[in-house]
Amino acid sequence: MASKLLSRVRAVPARLGYPRPFSPTLAAFAPSRLLSDAAAAGAGDSPPASASPAPRPSGSSGKLEHNAGCSSVRSSLKDSELAKFSAIADTWWDSEGPFKPLHRMNPTRLAFIRSTLCRHFGKDPSSARPFEGLKVVDVGCGGGILSEPLARMGASVTGVDAVDKNIKIASIHADLDPVTSTIEYCCTTAEKLVEEQRKFDAVISLEVIEHVADPAEFCKSLAALTIPEGAIVISTINRSMRAYATAIVAAEYLLRWLPKGTHQWSSFLTPEELALILQRSSISVKEMAGFVYNPLTGRWSLSDDVGVNFIAFGTKNSQ
Amino acid sequence: MRFSRCAGTSVRSNRCPAGAGPFRMSPFPVDFRASLGRGLALILSCGSRRRFIAKSLAANLGGQRVRSRCLCGAAAAAGASSSIRGPNHGQEGQCSGTGVAQYDVAVVGGGMVGMALACSLASMPLTKNLNIAIIDSNPALVNGIRINKEDPPDPRVSTITPATISMFRDIGAWQYLQQYRHAYFDKMQVWDYTGLGYTRYHARDVDKDSLGCVVENKVLQSSLLLCIQNADIQKKIFPSRLVSMSLNPGLKSKRMDGISPEISRGDLTKLQLNDGTCLYAKLVVGADGSKSQVRELAGFKTTGWNYSQNAIICTVEHASENRCAWQRFLPAGPIALLPVGDNFSNIVWTMNPKEALDQKSMTEADFVKTVNHALDHGFGPHPTSSLLGNGNFFSWFRAGVVTSGNGGFEIPPKVLKLASERMVFPLSLRHANDYVSKHVALIGDAAHTVHPLAGQGVNLGFGDAFALSRVIGEAIAVGMDIGEVSLLKKYEAERKPANIAMMAILDGFQKAYSVDFGPLNILRAAGLHAANYISPLKRSIISYASGEQRLPLFS
Repeated sequence: MASKLLSRVRAVPARLGYPRPFSPTLAAFAPSRLLSDAAAAGAGDSPPASASPAPRPSGSSGKLEHNAGCSSVRSSLKDSELAKFSAIADTWWDSEGPFKPLHRMNPTRLAFIRSTLCRHFGKDPSSARPFEGLKVVDVGCGGGILSEPLARMGASVTGVDAVDKNIKIASIHADLDPVTSTIEYCCTTAEKLVEEQRKFDAVISLEVIEHVADPAEFCKSLAALTIPEGAIVISTINRSMRAYATAIVAAEYLLRWLPKGTHQWSSFLTPEELALILQRSSISVKEMAGFVYNPLTGRWSLSDDVGVNFIAFGTKNSQ
Repeated sequence: MRFSRCAGTSVRSNRCPAGAGPFRMSPFPVDFRASLGRGLALILSCGSRRRFIAKSLAANLGGQRVRSRCLCGAAAAAGASSSIRGPNHGQEGQCSGTGVAQYDVAVVGGGMVGMALACSLASMPLTKNLNIAIIDSNPALVNGIRINKEDPPDPRVSTITPATISMFRDIGAWQYLQQYRHAYFDKMQVWDYTGLGYTRYHARDVDKDSLGCVVENKVLQSSLLLCIQNADIQKKIFPSRLVSMSLNPGLKSKRMDGISPEISRGDLTKLQLNDGTCLYAKLVVGADGSKSQVRELAGFKTTGWNYSQNAIICTVEHASENRCAWQRFLPAGPIALLPVGDNFSNIVWTMNPKEALDQKSMTEADFVKTVNHALDHGFGPHPTSSLLGNGNFFSWFRAGVVTSGNGGFEIPPKVLKLASERMVFPLSLRHANDYVSKHVALIGDAAHTVHPLAGQGVNLGFGDAFALSRVIGEAIAVGMDIGEVSLLKKYEAERKPANIAMMAILDGFQKAYSVDFGPLNILRAAGLHAANYISPLKRSIISYASGEQRLPLFS
């Protein structure tokens, strides 16, 4: 059961006597952060770094026509990752294209988010719009695949992504439906939002943390964006042999679901590690679940098996 | 790949509202071997089961481009948006009225299955905030269906299975139905003209009270109509016919070309009705019967063939109440006698077209005589209660046999007189290769038409309606766009295999009983015997026919 899993995960900080860094392979990427900062200024997709002299006021509308330019500070993102995503940005909403696995996984992730958030905030799960009145931020929203359903469920959604092209595509698609056109899209990063002192009831970041250079800093930023007793949902891929076989070898090379090089096995986090770094950011993990894929039906479902894909729900400790 | 389909015959006259009136038939002879081959063709090809599995594996492993379709009654111009304002066919014209209304679900066809979908959506908390449009030119939907309780039963009846009955109870429509005539039956007897075997089923065999209920179609329609009228879901009934449908392809933003937001909505389908009204809908559901306009406009291909049989239906009266459903397979086709309540029964007699016309035109007294003859001694002897000498061969089966009303063969009650006019309909089998595409889903007869010999047709349709409404509810639970293909494919994956299995079984029966060939007759009789005396088989057959979704023999 999930409770057994959680107790195993919660036991990790107790077991580790000293603040150990994450795996050596992850630590090796830390220096590359400096490289990525330097390279960010020259990143192809975004406007020049010095375009915005002052941080955008937090109250301004995130609509594209008001953006003078995007922030260039990408403290926790790898430049190579950005380039990877901007290359295939046009295909976000093609449910048979490179993002097909995400589209297929989406209903399952949303089911988990819906049930955990409804329970946490005491909302009625049988209502069609249970998230009315909740402010949610989707960090690393991409083309808005997650943001739009959240908006349809009644939440006030802010979608942020570091790749400008993604934000453009997301805005255009969201404008097609009046319900989703209320989503505020910004081309920015979590760190920038923290500087603007934005706060949200729920911070959701799915399939992002495996692409950041410094997961611990990223989690700290996410925690800073959450109100006390707010919710955080993070999903990623486990660093296990099975994950290597399925998410990298099978998905990228054999089945060609994802472009080669989308994921780096060394950037994956195990559930224990994720729980640990969240713990350090004053977030206690309350629920965790895994996704399993059934090749015959082509559908994903939630399960206790966190061997490959998993999703974690945590709440911010009240100070 | 994008292709446009300009319906050359966009004007459809004499379109039958759900379930009334004779259809146009193109008869061609049915050769047994050829039709067997086609039976296999139904199973093995054209988007059905095996290819479905192979396709799903391939689709999951490879990557298929989604075809975007432009379906329009107006000519397709190069720019997609211009097709709405562009040249029109015949009598369509521009949309009348100011502002085009938007609906979440547009149910085209307000017959039993379409209304069941609407009622089902109204009954679930997740979906009861949807905005539904019901499009059907039948004035009864607006004026109400008047049912006179003193009238004899209408010959158009449906047998609904216990599974359907419980679904009706769930959506709250059963309470309206109970005020009108409806007949539960708890016994069924099936035999054929060879006199070699018979089967008797009793609801006691599966610990139930009834095997099903026979209800007139107008009673079903009326109770569903009352249910939806009393439900607090937003709905509007459009008393006209669908003429054209067009999808807005691709992603268009109002920023890009300054066209008004209505037209640039890429997630909506625009429907044009024959009185000039237009409406937008996120999901169009085709529930408009076997000659479905939605299926035609959306370009769904179908597989199927016409049976060289017509069905003649009428209501008859007996001296006393009939509580058993009788079916006898005759050389030309089965005759079924179904109780409809009070002392009336409904006759469904399948035969070749020429004989059907003869039967329809002969006098009432003669017809009653032929019916009694067909049910009793005509065409062959009565089956004896046991085969092969007092059932010694089967005695060890009998150890666990389920007694069915004393097991003996009974002669059906005599028909005294005819209580309605005789109606004749051609029979066919038709199955849409796909049930869904972007923003369109087919349910009921629009997706599949079957032989009436087992009374399953409308039950498959109700199953579709309830499955689709459940899938829509699940979509809303996770905030998805209800017109999304991947979601609708879930509905198709649930219903298509079940429907195809049922159709294959019914078609198999139809073919098995259409040949008079000694060894085959004995095989059929042996089958009937097995179904009668092997109780686990009998139980699983009854529960499959009652709608409990498990194939007999393989559960």
